[in-house]
Amino acid sequence: MSANDRKRSLLDRLKSAEPPQKPADETAQPPGESAPPPAGPPSDVPPAPPEDRGPSVVPDSGGRDDEFLSTGDVLQQRYEIRKFLSKGGMGAVYLAKDLRFPTVEKLVAVKEMISAIRDSVTSRISLETFQREATILASLSHVAIPKVFDYFHQERRVYLVIEYIQGTDLESLLAEIDYPLPQDNVVNWAIQTCEVLNYLHNHKPSPIVFRDMKPSNIMIRDEDQRVVLIDFGIAKVFQSGRRGTMIGTEGYSPPEQYRGIAEPRGDVYALGATLHHLLTRRDPRKEPPFTFQEHPIRDFNPSVTPEMEAVVMRALAYEAEDRYPSAEEMRRDLLAVLGTSQGTAPTRPSREERTPVWSFVCQHEIRSSPQVFENAVYFGSYDKSMYCLEASTGEERWRYATDGGIVSSPCVWNETVFFGSEDQILYAVYTRTGRIVWTCPTDGKIRSSPKEGYDHVFFGSDDHRVYALSAKSGQELWRFDGGGPVRSSPVVSGELVIFGSDDGNVYAVDVQSGEMRWKYQTDRAVQSTPTMAHDMAYVGSTDFSLYALDLDNGWPVWRFRTKGRVISSPWVSGNVIYFGSNDHHLYALDARTGTLLWKYATKGSVVSSPRVSNGTVYVGSADCHLYSLDGETGNLRWRFPTGGPITASPAIGAGLVYVGSTDHAVYALPTEQGD
Amino acid sequence: MGIRNKLFRREKENGSERPPTREGSPPDRLQCASPLDVAQATDIGRTREINEDAFLTLKAVVGTSDPPSPLALLIVADGLGGHAGGREASTTAVRVAARALITELLLPILMNETREMGRRPIQEIITEAIISANQSVSQIESDAGTTLTAVLVADHSAYAGHVGDTRLYYVTDGKATQITKDHSLVSRLVELGEISPKEAQSHPQRNFLYRALGQDPELEVDAHLQRLAEGSYLLLCSDGLWGSVSDQEMLEVIYEAPSLQEACNRLIDLANERGGDDNTTVVLARINY
Repeated sequence: MSANDRKRSLLDRLKSAEPPQKPADETAQPPGESAPPPAGPPSDVPPAPPEDRGPSVVPDSGGRDDEFLSTGDVLQQRYEIRKFLSKGGMGAVYLAKDLRFPTVEKLVAVKEMISAIRDSVTSRISLETFQREATILASLSHVAIPKVFDYFHQERRVYLVIEYIQGTDLESLLAEIDYPLPQDNVVNWAIQTCEVLNYLHNHKPSPIVFRDMKPSNIMIRDEDQRVVLIDFGIAKVFQSGRRGTMIGTEGYSPPEQYRGIAEPRGDVYALGATLHHLLTRRDPRKEPPFTFQEHPIRDFNPSVTPEMEAVVMRALAYEAEDRYPSAEEMRRDLLAVLGTSQGTAPTRPSREERTPVWSFVCQHEIRSSPQVFENAVYFGSYDKSMYCLEASTGEERWRYATDGGIVSSPCVWNETVFFGSEDQILYAVYTRTGRIVWTCPTDGKIRSSPKEGYDHVFFGSDDHRVYALSAKSGQELWRFDGGGPVRSSPVVSGELVIFGSDDGNVYAVDVQSGEMRWKYQTDRAVQSTPTMAHDMAYVGSTDFSLYALDLDNGWPVWRFRTKGRVISSPWVSGNVIYFGSNDHHLYALDARTGTLLWKYATKGSVVSSPRVSNGTVYVGSADCHLYSLDGETGNLRWRFPTGGPITASPAIGAGLVYVGSTDHAVYALPTEQGD
Repeated sequence: MGIRNKLFRREKENGSERPPTREGSPPDRLQCASPLDVAQATDIGRTREINEDAFLTLKAVVGTSDPPSPLALLIVADGLGGHAGGREASTTAVRVAARALITELLLPILMNETREMGRRPIQEIITEAIISANQSVSQIESDAGTTLTAVLVADHSAYAGHVGDTRLYYVTDGKATQITKDHSLVSRLVELGEISPKEAQSHPQRNFLYRALGQDPELEVDAHLQRLAEGSYLLLCSDGLWGSVSDQEMLEVIYEAPSLQEACNRLIDLANERGGDDNTTVVLARINY
């Protein structure tokens, strides 16, 4: 069987995911054999040396003729070099034949350490490292650890002769395929690795910390498909409280290892990092260090079960005390993962039941956001009425009936509440009594929510226009033709009024004269209301993107693409911008650069706009729930189910969060801290 | 008339409103002054054999608007690798990025054809220019790499993209703020509180970058946006400068030098006085109004 066939069969075995034959708790081999007889000729060792790792020709040492051994060189009159295998930091590793056994092909691995090394910094510690490996390995006896056969000096070099493991290491394996490794295989290998780590950590008289856990140090032996841990070069006897130099492989090493602390829980972390790499294909050496928690495995490989993700993430906890206290406990959880079938729904952590303080039912859907002002809640319903309720009790104060459904949100200013109706009229109603102050007819349904600025009210209509009226009298100051129905609400900032139109443009119009200052063309209708912050106008488009436009000139600074239409209006809190998309997610981005901070998946379109209060984000989804998430991490605090999709944005005031639903009701729920 | 007054009555409580007229706009007699000054300097240092830093500065004043508005492109790249490959990497990166930025960003702005550019956001154009540079560097025959930091200054904003540890600082009001985050292992450790900035200076892995051009076909570019105040500075420099000169010293040189070019020269001299064991490149821009 050629090496290629062997490699292929490993890959085939991956696809059929057979666990290894031997039971998981096999005892270690009998100790104390320094030169064990060969365990019978391995059946698949061919007469010719296998084409495993590295080139078959000794590499060009760049002008230093004596740097590497050549094929045919014999060491100690016993080890005949067959070929170069690989080059490590200390020196080379060769495949050699032990001439003591002339009739059989006893192959060994010869690790060499060259004492004259170009970099003076490492030469001093290299010899110590090498000796340490030899000493540690010689004292160990485990099926997953290569046996040490010999150790000697020859010609200014030091050599270690160890068991030759024929197989493929996990880094090479990952490089040969272009998909993440299947979970079942990874779990099997992880269980075996935990077993050998457990052996090392429980070693008497002192525990041994491996310190260099990574995919290239986990070998899968062809013969029995079992894990063998290789490269004990930097393993170290654990001495609690002692700090050494930082050593380890960047990316996989735990944070405390950089401070020179090497303890068993560090091996747990590194194993977690290794598993993360194998399951996601994301090489931690190429990423900013310690960012595993920001990249959940299932984001990259949804076929990984939540249980497995949880095990790996616990191993990767930043603080050692938050990780598994031992490899043995990790092994137990991994065995449990092996036991769970695919597709088991993750158990939802029990959330505090959220009961509303009050709820108010009207006769039709509530699609718009309520407004809270001085102990009163105002909201419009598709039953054609605008309601005013007592904020703390939900008791109705008054209602005003129009001739069309109300889908826009009201705006309150100076004892007047402004709102538009599908009967094409904009109303100004006295807050105390619900009596009319003035009205303004337009030629189209009004779905955009009016906004006040400089004592004027600005709103859009399906008649393509944006109107600027005096808030006191309703007298028109100007009107602007937006090229298409204007459903998004205009927002006032400085000298400009900014709004989107169904014609795909975002317009910036002079607040005083109604003249256009700039416009920016997106690919499809803009129905989300812009938000202004950091000298930018943020607005979503039904072309699936959220745009950040420079307020001065309308230049697009950045754009963030989602997988669904963005109708939700963004909300900025500090340096973070939150918005929802019809791709079911709520997004949190850095407001200045558009970099994704986190995203949360609901089960329906997020049409409504988020609101932030005291570090908590509240948003409704078409999946009928109101969500409360931690603003910094996106973790779920709680969610409240209603009887219908929520398209309206929540409002916050008087310690309560108010939200209307298409189930005809408005709910008032307690916020996190009752702010 | 009454309506107009009402319109522009400032809401005193609402501090987040931007005033309608820009503060600090120049009185008429200064219309001919230069809105932006740029100076630059580079030096091989005292121990290296090649200067592997590369850079490009391009400045324009667009007088078709009122007031005249500044436009500049500043790019610095620091080649890694230690062989001649580093120089080839940095010069290639600068040329390729500059070409893309000039064609896709500068020209449309200059020709006032921002609608053409308007299709693609500024930061996307900058990121793509750096990714193009990455592809070109990857095609060079060695495994050399380079950092790259590119800044577009337009009007009162600076838009930057970077990969590596070539830094951009914003200097205003007697303070220097580092805008870019170094993509170095030590920087991450300092960020996490694992080591102190002082330990970082002598850390054995201090030159290790986890992100650079020419290493990986897939590259993530960091984007930055900085609004520029009147009288502020932008300082773009390779690690030859920040590795041996402190932020405070940089500030003093910038504020005390008689001219922008003199400031650049003095910063380089300082780096050389401290040993000069790396190439140093400094680009300095001052926003005059």
